[in-house]
Amino acid sequence: MAILEVKNIGKQFDSTMVLNDVSFSLEEGNALAIIGSSGSGKTTLLRCLNFLETPDKGSITVKGETLFDAAMPLKEQEKGLRTKRLHFGMVFQSFNLFPQYTALENVMLAEKLLAKERPDFKQNKKEIFAKIEEHGKELLGEMGLADRMAHYPHQLSGGQQQRVAIARALALKPDILCFDEPTSALDPELTGEVLKVIRGLADQKTTMIIVTHEMAFARDVSDQLIFMDDGVIVEQGDPKQVIDHPREERTKQFLTRYAQG
Amino acid sequence: MFWSVTQSLLGGLLTTFQIFLFTLLFSLPLGLILAFGSISRFSPLRYLIQVLVWIIRGTPLMLQLIIIFYGPGLWLGHNIWSGNEAGRITATVVAFSINYACYFSVIFRGGIEGVPAGQREAGQVLGMTKSQIFFQVTLLQMVKRVVPPMSNEIITLVKDTSLARMIAAYELTFAGYSFMKSNGLTWPLFYTGVFYLIFVGILTLLFNYIERKLDYFK
Repeated sequence: MAILEVKNIGKQFDSTMVLNDVSFSLEEGNALAIIGSSGSGKTTLLRCLNFLETPDKGSITVKGETLFDAAMPLKEQEKGLRTKRLHFGMVFQSFNLFPQYTALENVMLAEKLLAKERPDFKQNKKEIFAKIEEHGKELLGEMGLADRMAHYPHQLSGGQQQRVAIARALALKPDILCFDEPTSALDPELTGEVLKVIRGLADQKTTMIIVTHEMAFARDVSDQLIFMDDGVIVEQGDPKQVIDHPREERTKQFLTRYAQG
Repeated sequence: MFWSVTQSLLGGLLTTFQIFLFTLLFSLPLGLILAFGSISRFSPLRYLIQVLVWIIRGTPLMLQLIIIFYGPGLWLGHNIWSGNEAGRITATVVAFSINYACYFSVIFRGGIEGVPAGQREAGQVLGMTKSQIFFQVTLLQMVKRVVPPMSNEIITLVKDTSLARMIAAYELTFAGYSFMKSNGLTWPLFYTGVFYLIFVGILTLLFNYIERKLDYFK
């Protein structure tokens, strides 16, 4: 069974239809790439999955549990919002690291706050925090940032900041990790280091949704690809198939325009 | 003579300091409440606060002080402020607290809105509660943003305390001025200035220290 089922998601801002009848599913351990021009609804889709926007229509199911259904009463939708959010991790285009915390503190903060709600927190505070710290250091190590843990965000390059943000999102062990154009705010020479990290995650079979403009990367790394335009999924399928031999006219146009730069 | 002037000015300084301290104590939280109200989704509250801020910022503090001190006695028939020094200081603190809360609310609002939405969103997707996001993520960034404009306002407050002379509260400027009226002495006026300069000097050092302390992040 698919780990994520998105059905008939619709979202309107004022009179603009941003998402229209968007449905897809994702298997555990797979990476899904979403491509499309700006304003096609890719980012809004990710924001809906992370409950930063509330869809007007449709449903979101993770591991068989319906997290969101527009048909549910509002109270039901908002119940346990925090727990529902934890199924998803989010890496933002603009990193959004907390500037007043070091790299390691950024990674540990949410985990520490969650730990405080554990019933055994008071007795085992020291061990719990030690474990969280160990986990945080391990994650930053995997991101190649072992020597940058005590640095503040403004002391790091964009690529390093984004890798901290990835470690921060991974710290809570989300079922599905979402990337919203993770390299769009980076200088070209820094995109490589971030893409390498994401590629590594794909090799480890991390379930991911990656919104990206890096066509070659999407083709290479993802197991499944969606092309969106004007709030609808125009085409989806095997990434190599879609990029090399698009069936839809709109996909062809987009890819041609893209190839021309 | 120098000694008696000093004594008299120290007495005035105490009143000045009381007005300063109590005004800050009340106007800071009140300003924060007004700031939250001014960005509330409930539009009548927003408009109400806008009008209040317009009136308070649009009229002289001296006028507000006169109205608050004499108003109740004229309209209600009895003075709610007792006629002694304490009553005058209380009326001053009330007028000043309302006035400064309005100025502070605008600064605080700028601080709240100045924190990028992405900071709150990052907290949300990490499963933090609203209060965790406020206290752990946005508060310190807000404080960093409001320290420079707040230091300006707070230094202005030190000198605005001299307006309390209008309702005969015996504060620092009143104390210095009284020597000119009674003895024709002008040097106590300059001496009074030195008191203000030292007061503001200490505050300036304090704000520089806070700014330096918050300099470790951007």
